[in-house]
Amino acid sequence: MTAQEKSWKEIAPAGVCWKPSTKFLTGDWKTYTPLRDLEKCTRCLLCVLFCPDGAIRWNAQKGDIEFDLNFCKGCGICANECPTKAIEMKLE
Amino acid sequence: MKSVVKQEVLALNGDEAVAYAVKQSDVDVVAAYPITPQTIIVEKFSEYVANGEVETEFVCTESEHSALTACLAASATGARAFTASASAGLALMHEMLFVTSGCRAPVVMAIANRALSAPLNIHGDHSDTMAQRDSGWIQMYVENAQEAYDSIIQAFRIAENLHVLLPVIVGLDGFTLSHTLENVQTLSDEAVKKFVGTRQFPKVMSHEGKTVPFRLDPENPMSMGPIALPNYYFEFKRQQEEAMRNALSVIQHVNEEFGKISGRSYGDGLLDPYMLDDAEIAVVCLGSTAGTVKAVVNELRADGVKAGVLRMRTFRPLPVDGIVDALRKVKAVAVMDRSMSFGGSGGPVFHEVRHALYDLPAHPYIVNYIYGLGGRDTSPTQIRQIFEDLRGIVQTKRVESSVKYVGLRE
Repeated sequence: MTAQEKSWKEIAPAGVCWKPSTKFLTGDWKTYTPLRDLEKCTRCLLCVLFCPDGAIRWNAQKGDIEFDLNFCKGCGICANECPTKAIEMKLE
Repeated sequence: MKSVVKQEVLALNGDEAVAYAVKQSDVDVVAAYPITPQTIIVEKFSEYVANGEVETEFVCTESEHSALTACLAASATGARAFTASASAGLALMHEMLFVTSGCRAPVVMAIANRALSAPLNIHGDHSDTMAQRDSGWIQMYVENAQEAYDSIIQAFRIAENLHVLLPVIVGLDGFTLSHTLENVQTLSDEAVKKFVGTRQFPKVMSHEGKTVPFRLDPENPMSMGPIALPNYYFEFKRQQEEAMRNALSVIQHVNEEFGKISGRSYGDGLLDPYMLDDAEIAVVCLGSTAGTVKAVVNELRADGVKAGVLRMRTFRPLPVDGIVDALRKVKAVAVMDRSMSFGGSGGPVFHEVRHALYDLPAHPYIVNYIYGLGGRDTSPTQIRQIFEDLRGIVQTKRVESSVKYVGLRE
């Protein structure tokens, strides 16, 4: 048990979460990282819709999509769905 | 003990006694699926619903798995939930039994104990609940319809106690209790409602950083039982063990409190000894069989034989200290099991009692009797033979065979 982790006497029953899932970073599970070719990408946003983890978002200010690698599991669905083959999955 | 409230005697079988207790216990949700010999419980209860005698939400589900899932979900929102099942129905709930106890949902479930297939058999034995021993549910076994009524009322108080928050199974022997008519003393609706009270909730910290009551509430969202990986799962299981330990004294307290209003209590709530103080030989058993054993003990006592009975009312949590205290002076003990642990060295009750006595400097001789499987009748003559065997063991100071079968054709 590391210093930050709580004992059984300190935690709520039934696995009630004391922090939101956004604080639980799962991006280190992946073995493949998505790399986007900015030239090929048409910003069609299909990858945003298909990402099962919500790890690709539309940033309205930038007018572009961005990958949140803190939550990307490297599944490759985005690369598979991309109509212009703009996403390459690279082995870490 | 003297009752402080007026009671009404009703002619009820065990199942009807359970349904009547649930009717009086201010239950919000009953979700169930019929199965013999439990069916009368929910059948009777659905009549109360149809007649408008209760305000309970009654959910007819397509399976027992769904019935318990509905009860768990209702309980998680803060409702008081009840279901009933038996045999294959309980087996189908298996997965959700663990989810319910893990979510610390104080659901109460009556089980009309019945054998498991194959071969198919609808009659009474304890195979169904014993197979769920490690599912994290409190398990109580009753001796008669009166105790079934009393125990269901007590079960809500035990389950919902903030130091416990665990689901409770109340087991009543299929047909022997579920379908047999008895005179049952019933409390008034008001007395039961007051005794059971309303659910209270511990305060927990949610993911929003707020300290809120432990229940699903759209105003204060929380996740219950979502995921715990190797770094936390173990801690949650240790909490469940602590809750079981806490249940020991809570069951005793509730039994005592119930005694004050009804005039009825069952031993210390955990163990119900009979003529055990000076007993040299004793039988340990669960459920309705205790009635037969007590009758035999009366006869033996009239003949000057120092025989006694230890009825285990609560099997989970196991009252280890109480078992040791009750049996430490006895010379030979017979443990009766109404289920088998195939390939084990005897039945589950035998394992537990023998284990409990291990730390004594001098143990009594101990022998296991497997009996009554698939509803096979166990007669006073057979019980008398068990006591006769125990006397022989005391005389010869020797246990020839530690596991025996009662009424089995060899």
